[in-house]
Amino acid sequence: MNRKNDQVNDVILQTAAVIIFFIIIVFSINLFFAGHYSPGGGFIGGLMTAAALVLLLLAFDSKTLAAVLPFDYRKMTALGLVIAMLTSLHSIFWGRPFLTHAYDKFDLPLLGEQTLHTAIAFDLGVYLVVIGVTMTIIQTIGESE
Amino acid sequence: MEIFVSIIIGVLTMSAVYMILSKSLLRIIIGTGLLSHAAHLLVLTMGGLKTGAAPVLVDGVTEYTDPLPQALVLTAIVISFGVTAFFLVLAYRAYQELNTDNIEEMKGTESND
Amino acid sequence: MSVLHLAILLPLLAAPFIPFLFRALKRIHTGWFVLIVPVVLFVYFFRFIGITSAGDVVTETVEWMPSLGINFTAYVDGLGLLFALLITGIGALVVLYSIYYLNKDKESLGHFYVYLLLFMGAMLGVVLSDNMVVMYMFWELTSISSFLLIGYWYEKERSRYGARKSMLITVFGGLSMLGGIVILESIVGSFSIRDMVANQALIADSPFFIAAMILILLGAFTKSAQFPFHIWLPDAMEAPTPVSAYLHSATMVKAGLYLVARMSPVFQESSLWLWIIASVGTFTLFWGSFNAVKQTDLKGILAFSTVSQLGLIMSLLGLGAAALHYDGMDDNIYMVATIAAIFHLINHATFKGSLFMMVGIVDHETGTRDIRKLGGLMTVMPITFTIAVIGSLSMAGLPPFNGFLSKEMFLKATTKVFSMDFFALDTIGILIPVVAFIASVFTFIYSLIIFMRTFMGKAQFDQLPKQPHEAPIGMLIPPAILAILVVVLGFVPNVLSNSLIKPAVESIYPTLVASGQDVKVDIYFWHGLTPELYMTIGVILLGTLMFFTINKWMGIYNHIPHRLTLNGMYDGTLVWSNKAAYRFKDNYMTGFIRSYLVYIFLFLSGMILFSMYRFDLFDFSFGEMEAVAPYEYVLGAVIILASLAILFMRSRLPSIILLGVVGYSVALFFVFFNAPDLALTQLVIETVSVALFLLVFYHMPEISKKEVRVKFKVENAIVSIFVGVTVMLLSFMALSNRSLSSISEYYKENVYDLAAGKNMVNVVLVDFRGFDTLFEIVVLAIAAIGIYTMIKFRTTERTKGAREHEPKK
Repeated sequence: MNRKNDQVNDVILQTAAVIIFFIIIVFSINLFFAGHYSPGGGFIGGLMTAAALVLLLLAFDSKTLAAVLPFDYRKMTALGLVIAMLTSLHSIFWGRPFLTHAYDKFDLPLLGEQTLHTAIAFDLGVYLVVIGVTMTIIQTIGESE
Repeated sequence: MEIFVSIIIGVLTMSAVYMILSKSLLRIIIGTGLLSHAAHLLVLTMGGLKTGAAPVLVDGVTEYTDPLPQALVLTAIVISFGVTAFFLVLAYRAYQELNTDNIEEMKGTESND
Repeated sequence: MSVLHLAILLPLLAAPFIPFLFRALKRIHTGWFVLIVPVVLFVYFFRFIGITSAGDVVTETVEWMPSLGINFTAYVDGLGLLFALLITGIGALVVLYSIYYLNKDKESLGHFYVYLLLFMGAMLGVVLSDNMVVMYMFWELTSISSFLLIGYWYEKERSRYGARKSMLITVFGGLSMLGGIVILESIVGSFSIRDMVANQALIADSPFFIAAMILILLGAFTKSAQFPFHIWLPDAMEAPTPVSAYLHSATMVKAGLYLVARMSPVFQESSLWLWIIASVGTFTLFWGSFNAVKQTDLKGILAFSTVSQLGLIMSLLGLGAAALHYDGMDDNIYMVATIAAIFHLINHATFKGSLFMMVGIVDHETGTRDIRKLGGLMTVMPITFTIAVIGSLSMAGLPPFNGFLSKEMFLKATTKVFSMDFFALDTIGILIPVVAFIASVFTFIYSLIIFMRTFMGKAQFDQLPKQPHEAPIGMLIPPAILAILVVVLGFVPNVLSNSLIKPAVESIYPTLVASGQDVKVDIYFWHGLTPELYMTIGVILLGTLMFFTINKWMGIYNHIPHRLTLNGMYDGTLVWSNKAAYRFKDNYMTGFIRSYLVYIFLFLSGMILFSMYRFDLFDFSFGEMEAVAPYEYVLGAVIILASLAILFMRSRLPSIILLGVVGYSVALFFVFFNAPDLALTQLVIETVSVALFLLVFYHMPEISKKEVRVKFKVENAIVSIFVGVTVMLLSFMALSNRSLSSISEYYKENVYDLAAGKNMVNVVLVDFRGFDTLFEIVVLAIAAIGIYTMIKFRTTERTKGAREHEPKK
């Protein structure tokens, strides 16, 4: 997608992209954590994050992106799957059916009373898989020429 | 509302099927995209539309829209993205290897061995 | 799960460990480990003799599918125990033999013993199951293990041919039998054999009596290689010799006999039962012995001889049914047929087992089984020769071996046909002793051929692939044990009478036992100058004469053209059905994806419309519905127009943009439908996928502007309108028929209490229906891996110039 990077060096797009990237990332993380209570969650958060990364990819090029954010997205996919699988499995050690989630309320400093879920860990797995898959697809196609 | 959406679904399905039956791989992929839109709307419509508030618990609200079709469709959207991407790459690679995007010309190229 | 069940399943439980033992302990022949299983089982089952000979049975039940009446009921009675002892006893000897027969460094013993144990467990299951469905399951398992064992040397064309043939024929029979079982169940209401026996009168009155009987007999006849299904057995000889000795002479082929014996109480009142079994058995006896004489392969002779002997036992089981129709003296003389059947079954296992092992030794030490090359081995292989003589003469029915005793009883049973004044047996039934006599003559001839041509005559060692010498002692022990049994049982046959034969016969005649009739089993050599003794003498005289003039009459075998033989018909049927299937397939499998899609779409629509018509669902009643706001009309119109416009686009970019328009509009619709999560997801997905489309389409050619035929377009249009209308009707139907309340009421009520969340959609995704989500991300990951491999693994393979290796679609 950045084959013409040499000729077209779009300063406006690149400057704006960096700013927008952070806005989207923050928004997506918010979406991810808010998922249990208001619209959002792992899928949407992950897609939003991926969209932010795609924006950077379009504005700069894949090499720059790889230098700034050195993630291996395939490993990220695998990590996400492992996390989701482990959080699904944990309940069988407590004699509960597969995929039973647990939650409890904690009084955390600064944040006040908060509920912590194992479901959020499962959702984190989903989040990572979605980012990993989307970016793997985009990157492989982008690099294929 | 539901009748109107049903008609939209019918038209989307029709266009999708027509595209899928054509010979060009590109048009087939676009057809699958349309078909998945139709399917998503169909699942939602079958569950009933607008019967209540958005399915997020708010104090004092008792009528919510059915959350299950929404969850199913959300899954379906993401899956159809994955499948569409797969199709696209398949078409792209098929074109590179066989130099055509016409599926009738592709016939038999694999089983020639 | 009782000890008995564990015993039946022990071979199956042991099988998974064999490959590991084979790999881990290369220095010790795997057979030694396997040997433990049959030996332990033999000792275990041996203890049951006391129980069954006292007339008791052992029953243990494990519930499997109680709602369907399918339970694993292990049932040990005289008949089952006899077979269990044969299976484990011969099994132990065969495993011991195979240790010396199969080279541990050259053969894949891991596979071999797994198959063998699989067979052993399956066979035990067949003979010790009371539930017919469970028995059927084990029955087919024996066919599968037999298939695997025949095809053990799968690199040989003949092995694969033989394996497939046996599989096709026995599984055909097995399926027929399953049909018979289902019919019997529908009459009796139970799958238990004991219930069927108890309700025998009910079955006899049923209009499906004959159908059930013939279907069950098909199973028995295919398994026991009765004419005309015997053709698989000679080809099964491609299996390693221990397998032939075990499966294809001593045990598996007797499963059919077991089935006939087991089902006798159910069917044997019928004249048809007696006639079918007796005539098929007798003809098989003749046909097998007649064909055995022309074979040149030692194993071929033994194969046809097995066919023939199985026919002999089968005909005896058929004639035994006459005992039910005879209520004269206390000493029921027709029962002798059944007693002879059981006795000969044991005898056959001993002499035929030893003969097979003997042939294996000859093959192993000389490198050939062709009697035209063999000869004069007596001097170099004296022990093997002795075994061969004992086995052959017992098979030929000469004293003082056990074969003589059962053969005499067989001839006696056939001559009794004259005095049977029912079922027209005293007229046309005369053929039975005549055919039996002719068959016995041929049996005598091929028995002579086996040891005369192999061990006597001119030695021509220079023609043999190997220099012959006596086999190692371990290889000689198993056939020697069997040969000793042949002699011992010949002299003291009555050790078996009350321990094994009587209980087995009693389980075949439950009604006679119930009415107080005593089963007397008394076997002895000298009956006086009876007709059967004259017949034996006649057989010996005529047989010897014909053996020495064999070259003069061998010509009769050349008169049957190959096409008319059963093998020719079998091959022809296979070829024909292959061709027919291809022709049929080519009619609709055009190779064009479009045709397949048309089938799928039309079928789908047809199904939906048909079921709507069938259940009368065209009566739409929508009830109250939300009004459509003006902006919703506009948005709807946009979707409709955009999707229709795509149809007429002939270039890439506008198509993608219009697809995007549809996608974003759908996202807006999600907003109207109070589905915020969906709207968000759809928006992001649409953005990413439009980017993806652009990226890929950049590399693709323009959509070809070549004019397609109008007919093609019209056809497509008709199909697509049809499908579109169907889907619309489906949606209408769903709207107007809402008979069940949604499961999501549960989600709505429990979302906060159980999952401590407020966003129901998300909670459904990660908690209530987390399994879906788990699989979904797996699917996504698979799609990503697929894409990655399609793109990345091409360059490396291209350099090799090998296009076949590219990832499959």
